[in-house]
This record gives sequence, structure tokens and C-alpha cells, in this order.
Amino acid sequence: MIGRTLQIGARHRYGDAFDGASTSLQAVPQTMTRPNTYRSGPDEQGHFGIYGGRYVAETLMPLILDVEKAYREARADPAFEGEMRQQLKQYVGRPNPLYYAERLTEMLGGAKIYFKREELNHTGAHKINNCIGQILLARRMGKTRIIAETGAGQHGVATATVCALYNMPCVIYMGETDIARQAPNVFRMKLLGAEVRAVTSGAKTLKDAMNEALRDWVTNVADTFYIIGTAAGPHPYPSIVRDFQSVIGDEVKTQMQEQEGRLPDSLIACVGGGSNAIGLFHPFLDDSSVKMIAVEAAGRGIEKGPLDHAASINGGRPGVLHGNRTYLLQDEDGQILEGHSISAGLDYPGVGPEHAWLHDVGRVEYSSATDAEALEAFQLCAKTEGIIPALESAHAIAEIIKRAPTLPKDHLMVLCLSGRGDKDIFSVAQHLGVSL
Amino acid sequence: MNAVAESRPPESRIDRRFQALKAEGRAGLITFITAGDPDPASCQALLDGLPAAGADLIELGVPFTDPMADGPAIQASSLRALAAGMSVRKTLELVRNFRKKDADTPIILMGYYNPIYAYGVDRFLVDAKADGVDGLIIVDLPPEEDGELCVPAVKAGVNFIRLTTPTTDEKRLPAVLQNNSGFIYYVSIAGITGTASAANTAVDAAVARLKRHTDLPIAVGFGIKTPAQAAEIARVADAAVVGSAIVTRLADGLDESGALRPGVVEDVLGFVRELAAGVRGARG
Repeated sequence: MIGRTLQIGARHRYGDAFDGASTSLQAVPQTMTRPNTYRSGPDEQGHFGIYGGRYVAETLMPLILDVEKAYREARADPAFEGEMRQQLKQYVGRPNPLYYAERLTEMLGGAKIYFKREELNHTGAHKINNCIGQILLARRMGKTRIIAETGAGQHGVATATVCALYNMPCVIYMGETDIARQAPNVFRMKLLGAEVRAVTSGAKTLKDAMNEALRDWVTNVADTFYIIGTAAGPHPYPSIVRDFQSVIGDEVKTQMQEQEGRLPDSLIACVGGGSNAIGLFHPFLDDSSVKMIAVEAAGRGIEKGPLDHAASINGGRPGVLHGNRTYLLQDEDGQILEGHSISAGLDYPGVGPEHAWLHDVGRVEYSSATDAEALEAFQLCAKTEGIIPALESAHAIAEIIKRAPTLPKDHLMVLCLSGRGDKDIFSVAQHLGVSL
Repeated sequence: MNAVAESRPPESRIDRRFQALKAEGRAGLITFITAGDPDPASCQALLDGLPAAGADLIELGVPFTDPMADGPAIQASSLRALAAGMSVRKTLELVRNFRKKDADTPIILMGYYNPIYAYGVDRFLVDAKADGVDGLIIVDLPPEEDGELCVPAVKAGVNFIRLTTPTTDEKRLPAVLQNNSGFIYYVSIAGITGTASAANTAVDAAVARLKRHTDLPIAVGFGIKTPAQAAEIARVADAAVVGSAIVTRLADGLDESGALRPGVVEDVLGFVRELAAGVRGARG
């Protein structure tokens, strides 16, 4: 049992050890032994080790307990699973291919590289997997109104899409700053019938959009369901999002067996909140031969300090925000800092709690790629494979560029190509000094 | 399983104040201001003036970048305070200075968990107690997370005051009341601070329901903006909490550069006097 092997006491006081001088204090659990399984979390209270939990206002607690109960019942109901599978197949277009990236493999001259093609899903990213599942849960709970937060707009578009599909009113909260830099996605959401509400509080980006969505939810508890887009937030959201995204890893397992007759050797995915990464990793966590690397956004460089990157694990420390304990970008006084990344989808000051735990127990390696490395990988992928990747996914490609050449040719490496890059061409052009 | 505090805390400043109010046969006025808003010196002056203006208990907001349960007025006040350099340590300094002049008016720190977690729970409780803090209201710590701060606070002799809401049903109420001491804070609307007001009949019924479950005093807040509304609440509850309206009054006194115009602290204290008059006259 994980709960027993990782027991470190009722309270976790990393803060007590904080000396005020260091800005990069890392969690050092008091005892840590290898659990028998990495897949049994979270516990009853929603904890992955010391991470996760339910740090929300009392108004929301009864509702969160309702969501948990409804979700448990839904997962036990074959009709729910059946409808979800049907929509994933007919509407989303799953399974998407596990594609052998031959030219990139030859060019890097090492590991055999496969792309899991999540960018071929309807709406162009993995986000829709989770939205289909959550809107079915909302309907099952009798909720009649959907809210969501979005940063770059991908989760907003996916949510607006499923709301159109199921004819439900939809309000998307988006920071004013993000609205200005993601105009095409704002228009998409409106075309799909969603109302996009500009968030002008705080720093006017993703974390503030999440605050505002939580405020809406607190005010409209009776009829509203909050579709959270990443594997974070109060329990049970991190596990709900993980479960709905695990279709990625499940398919990879089957497809790799069919194509190569064995398990992959390594899995690589980008991590902001971490939904595509946990979806790819989770089905493989107990396959000890499979190495996993999650790539955080190092922005202008982690060494430059927490205002210049969005690497919560590599450059943050544990804290409590948006309903869960996890690694956060924060100052010495526990105030949340605005991260930076070239990719709006990775630009969040936290990370899903299961990632925080997988980092501490050492099952997943958390690496990082800078803006410049992601830009280079973005262009390389376009030119060698004819695929324009999302800037988020380009961070994972940057890791492949570093790692693949050092590995033998029979090393099977899978990259989660979490989204397509059409949305990013304007900002990439700007960074490359091209005017469109 | 929720963690359970081992024993009821000893009588606190909050207990004594509510006993005194009961003896006077009236409800209390609880005023909220954000620590360090709009700057530490003005805030200290305002804080120090509150008891004489008629505040029976004081809630002092610990500013946080991401106040998820607060409306625009208190969000803005938090950001002003942070911009002026406020921190947990400096919040405690305000309380320490206040205590040099006032040994009786309870001070309750209200805020979110992360700044306290970053400060270190044990160190925070020792310092808060020493500086004269009487209670804590931490919005994002429901009973499910009592092991974090609530139980240690009770052990350290600091009251932990829970928010109960219209969504807290009969089944949940015992868990919400467990480990709660000092008073119960009933949030009269499902929503954020400083927005709509609840219908008085609904508040009346909710207070009556809570009274069946607890002997603790019941304070009602969220959405009380005027002396008349405060008086309405004072007729049915043991205390009325006013926050956003006071914070807004303060914000209205800022000039374009964000500095406080002369006389604004006095003006805000004048508003508190009106609120106090409403509360004190409510059962007359």
C-alpha cells in the first residue's frame, strides 16, 4: 500500500524548514520507500503522498463530494463508459495513430521515435478527451450549465465544442491578457456558442481565470458544472482528468504491442498542469522498464528566477493553490508568482499533484526546455516530419533532440504530440521576426 | 477521518467579548479590513481606531495574490496591500502594535492557507499567539483538511473559526462545527464576498438551524453594506460582519496615484460608527 509506505505524518511542514534565504527549496520527504504500485493513488482524501487534497471554501465542499460520488458511480456504469467510448471513436476520431517518425529518427541517429498523434483529434489537441468525459458526468449529475477556465484557449475550445455537441450553455473564463494574444481561439469559442468572459483581476492570465471560474462556481453551485482542463484542482479533479486522459497511454500500450511486439522504453511529454503527460504515463507506471520524462517550460531560463519560467517542479516549492497542494511558483511569503513561457498552455504557476508525487518518489524524471529550444524543435518537426506541433508539444520534442542521439537504435521512444501548432504560428512568426 | 482536537480550548478573548455582548443584551459588530491596505501606516491608524469607532471584534485580512472566495473589492485591497509590501510577518506586526494599546478587542486573521504554510505552521502559531492574534478564519481549509492548521491552532490556544454556508447540509454540519471555537461564521449567500445580500427570512432560518447544533455565538456576513442591513442581521444573529463595504469606502478615498487622501481614515471610522450605531440600536 502506498499509504503505508509513504506515511510521513499528519502534517507536512516544508514551510517550517524554509529559511527565507533560498528560493529553490525542494521537498525532502521524511521517509520514502518504494511503493508496490504507483497506480493506486489518490487515497480516500484525495492525496498523492502529501500532495493533492481538497483546499476549497466550504460552499464548494458539498458539491465536490457530490462530483466524487457521481464520478465513482459513473465509472462503475457500463452505459457511461459505452457512451464515452462511442463519442471518442465517432466524434473525436480515436484511436489516433502511433506514428513512426522515420525522418526525425534518422536525423537524430539514435532511438526509434514514435509520435502519439493527439494533434489529430477533433479540435486539434488532447484536451477533448477529458471534456467528453466531464460533460457526460455533468449531464449525469443533472447540471444544466458549464463553466471552464482557459489560458491559450485550447481547453476553452474543447469545452465549447462539447457544449455545442450536447446543447448546454457555456461560459469560458479567460484572462484579458490571454484574450489579447489568442484572438483566433476566442473567436472559435464564440462561433461554437460559448460566452467568453474576460478576467481582469490579478495578472489577467490562466491562474486568474481559474480563480474567477471558482468564484462563479461558488455563486452558482446548484446548476453549474466546472470542467477543469488540467490534472490539478481539488480532489477528485486530478484523478478524473487523469482517468479520461489515460486513453492516450492505453492506446500507446496496445499500438506498440501491435507494431513492435513489446513495451516502449521511454515516454516523453510536456507538462504545464500535466494532463497529457499523466494520460500517457499512468498506464505504464508499474512497467518498471519504461522510463518517463516530463518536460517543463524553462522559459528564458530557470536560473533567471521564477518570473522567467513556468517550471513549477524544477524551480518551485510545495504550496497550496486552487484546491490542491503541489509544487508552485511562489515568493518567500507564499504569494503566487506569474510564470513565463513562450507557450501559453504551459504558463501556469502550478502542476498536477500526482506529478508532484511522481517527482518526489522518483518514478518520473522532470526535465525542462527553454523558449529557444522549443522554437528550434517546433521548426525542426515541421521541416522533417511535415507536422507543425503545438509550442507545448515542441518542449517535449526539444527533449527528444537532446536524448535520442545518445540512445541505441533499438530504444523505442514515444512522444506525446499533444496538439497541433496552427494556433501558434502568429506568435512563432513574431519570435522569428517575420511579419504576417 | 477528520482530525479531532483533543480538548476545548481555554476561554479566549473572543469568548470573553461575546459574553460581555450577551450581558449587554446586544449583538456585536465585526469589521474586516485588509492588513496593509493601502499602506502599512494608514492601515495601522485605521486598525487602532476601530475599537473606539464601535468595532467589537476585528477581522484582519492577510493579503494573498489569489483570493478565490473574495469579490472585486477585497481582491483589489489584497493587491494594494501586496504592492505596499505587506506580508504575514508585517501583518503580525500590525497586530503587535495594536495590542500595545488595546488588550481586549479580539483580532481574527482571515485569509488563505498558502502564506501561512510558507511561513511555517508551527512558527506562525507561536508568533501569532505572542503578537495577540485570537482566532483564524482560513477560507480554503475545510474540515477535511483539519490536520493542517485547525487542530494545531486549537492546541496552541488560537480559536479556529469556520465558515458555514447555505450549502452546508445537516449531514455535514457536525463535521463543520467540530474543532470550531470562538464563534461560527455563517456566510449568508452562496457566493463571494461583497456581492448580493441574503433575504432576512433565510438568514433567520439559517441562524435558528445553527443554534440547534451549537452553543457558540453566530456571526453573519457576506453582503452587509449599510447600517440598516447590519441592524437587520443584529436582530437575529450574535454579530454582523461588514467587510467589502468598509474596504470600498477606503478605496474611494484613494487619489490617482493610489495614495490615501487626507481625512480618509477618519471618514472610514465614521462609517464604522454608523454601522455600530445600527448594530447597537437593533434590539432597542
